[in-house]
Amino acid sequence: MHIALAQLVTGLSIGAVLLLIALGLTFTFGQMNVINMAHGEFIMAGAYTAYMLQGPIGRQSLLVALPVAFVVAGTIGLVLERLLIRRFYGRPLDTLLVTWGVSLILQQLARDLFGAPNVQVRSPSWLDGGTKVAGIDFAYSRLFIMLLCAVAACAIWAYLTKLPQGRRMRAVMQNRELAACSGIRTTAVDQRTFFIGSGLAGIAGVGITLLGSVGPTLGSKYIVYAFLVVVVGGLGQLRGAVLAALALGVIDAYAEQWTHASTATVVVFVAVVAFLQVRPQGLFVLRTRALR
Amino acid sequence: MQRRVWREVVAVAALVSLVAACGSKTSSSNASGAVTTAGGSAAGQPGLSGDTIKVGDLHSLSGTMAISEVTVKNAELMAIDEINAQGGVLGKKITPVVEDGNSDWPTFAEKAQKLISVDKVAVVFGGWTSASRKAMLPVFESNKSLLFYPVQYEGLEASPYIYYMGATTNQQIVPALDYLKAQGKKKLFLVGSDYVFPRTANKEIKAYAKANGIDIAGEEYTPLGGTEYGTIINKIQAANPDAVFNTLNGDSNVAFFKQLRSAGVSPQKLPVMSVSVAEQEVRGIGPDNVTGDYTAWNYYQTTPGSTNDTFVKAYKAKYGADKVVDDPMEAGYAGVYLWAAAVKKAGTTNVDAVKTALAGLTFDAPEGLVTVDGDNHHLLKTARIGQIQADGSITEVFKSDGPITPDPFLKSYPWAAGLG
Repeated sequence: MHIALAQLVTGLSIGAVLLLIALGLTFTFGQMNVINMAHGEFIMAGAYTAYMLQGPIGRQSLLVALPVAFVVAGTIGLVLERLLIRRFYGRPLDTLLVTWGVSLILQQLARDLFGAPNVQVRSPSWLDGGTKVAGIDFAYSRLFIMLLCAVAACAIWAYLTKLPQGRRMRAVMQNRELAACSGIRTTAVDQRTFFIGSGLAGIAGVGITLLGSVGPTLGSKYIVYAFLVVVVGGLGQLRGAVLAALALGVIDAYAEQWTHASTATVVVFVAVVAFLQVRPQGLFVLRTRALR
Repeated sequence: MQRRVWREVVAVAALVSLVAACGSKTSSSNASGAVTTAGGSAAGQPGLSGDTIKVGDLHSLSGTMAISEVTVKNAELMAIDEINAQGGVLGKKITPVVEDGNSDWPTFAEKAQKLISVDKVAVVFGGWTSASRKAMLPVFESNKSLLFYPVQYEGLEASPYIYYMGATTNQQIVPALDYLKAQGKKKLFLVGSDYVFPRTANKEIKAYAKANGIDIAGEEYTPLGGTEYGTIINKIQAANPDAVFNTLNGDSNVAFFKQLRSAGVSPQKLPVMSVSVAEQEVRGIGPDNVTGDYTAWNYYQTTPGSTNDTFVKAYKAKYGADKVVDDPMEAGYAGVYLWAAAVKKAGTTNVDAVKTALAGLTFDAPEGLVTVDGDNHHLLKTARIGQIQADGSITEVFKSDGPITPDPFLKSYPWAAGLG
């Protein structure tokens, strides 16, 4: 009983990591239909930002790194959108190949800039250790990731529903032509969407430095899971992504408890494939009158 | 209709990135088709060109294993420089050709083949993971070319073309188990990376445990480079073992120890015995995460002796005063010297002549005197158990009585019958 409960906590914390890396993708992939294979490299850019800042700032650099990484990754994303991706809107397979190439370039760039060996980010001392509640360990670093994830998700929700910019974003997403007719500058909205989506990947990168080391191929480890979360949750659905990430995390944790780590990964993938057979549109569907 | 197209596109996207992410894990020590022979290199004198002798150096300079392997390359290049400064061998300078194995086993086989047939090197120093060695083995055997492998491994191997500079099972894992047993540890939990070394090592550990009345409370593997240890740590806590035997490799160790400490498991309560964590990895993990844990090796930076003092001083002078040295670096360094001594003794780089010269050859290594066993190509080495200190150094807490004769197939241990 005790380990089952502990596993639930582990599962939720894995889910929080999944959600954090997938949040940005719900924007760029879910809302703009851009399959951005370089999303993982924006995560990596965020992680390296945290690494670079710990030199001048020291162990407390993590908090500073969050906003800086958002801007750094967001800017890289914006440049990518302006230079390449906007020329490929409506051509998903071409975008896939182009961004795949970009991701390889960014990986090599990181290797040249920061060296091939992985580097460590030292977390602030107040994130070391953990606390015990009802016999279950809560590591502070895990709690921090969960908190970060919750704050990010709430901020996005508020942005999409409360702010005029967010409403415009949803309008463009639901019906681009009609939004343009209503006087919304869709290119400006696209740029903003891409900036925020990429920036969120940067924040995820900072969070991930609490778990392990940072290397040029960090992003490729997470990109598959990020896509899984978005597809299972339903394209462009924030609440879908939240539910999907937590569900995948919990399935992974329990599957690993009953089997082993490698088998658990297989179980998660099989579960996703089976789920998509039953509900190919994901957990939630965007209802729109646009002709698709 | 649009949705279906999306689904396919997503499937392709997932597949592409999955192949990229997991490419390194899928190949299990295959020959990778490298069977072409380099025109009679065994008969001639490979590596000779003008007044230089070319040698290969093949380690992972990128990817998850770079944390460990880059420094081994540095130590090997230092040995080459030192030998050249003393006049080289056979009156010629040694020129290293450095290649990157990229933490990817087929790449190791491919680059080994390239070093042998394109660069025509006399010998290759390289490898770390057993998976990389197993991938290179058929390349060196079919080309009749020499490999000096610098790292401890799981045993059960003796290739005529590989010289094993690191410990085999009875020089590291068995002494580590003896030590834990002497400390009264009756219940072990095994954690390892999912490839050939940890799986084989754990098979041997389980055989030992069965014969010695030690209980194995659990056995878990994660993919190489894995960073998620929450579940395994929960399992460890539920099983409540006396000690953890850790065969994780590369920077998974960073994630494992960080998360173990976050979960409030202290080395005093539950010590971890590692066989792939040396001074280099301790720096990556952060010494405060492993202070008090144990490692088993044949050499530590703190090992006493004037040869070691010279070695440590030379390395720091060359690569920086803040750098540390560890066992595989020392083994890689010794390997270069042993090969050079054999070439001098044989008067040629001819593979068969060098092999004959290597049998029984000794070298005053930083760890102490090592001797090449002519039959199984391993070294006679002293086993050492160390405890990690807060400053990242490792203090020796146990040492075997002199060098142990290598027994890669564990023939002298009744409990190991049937493992081969």
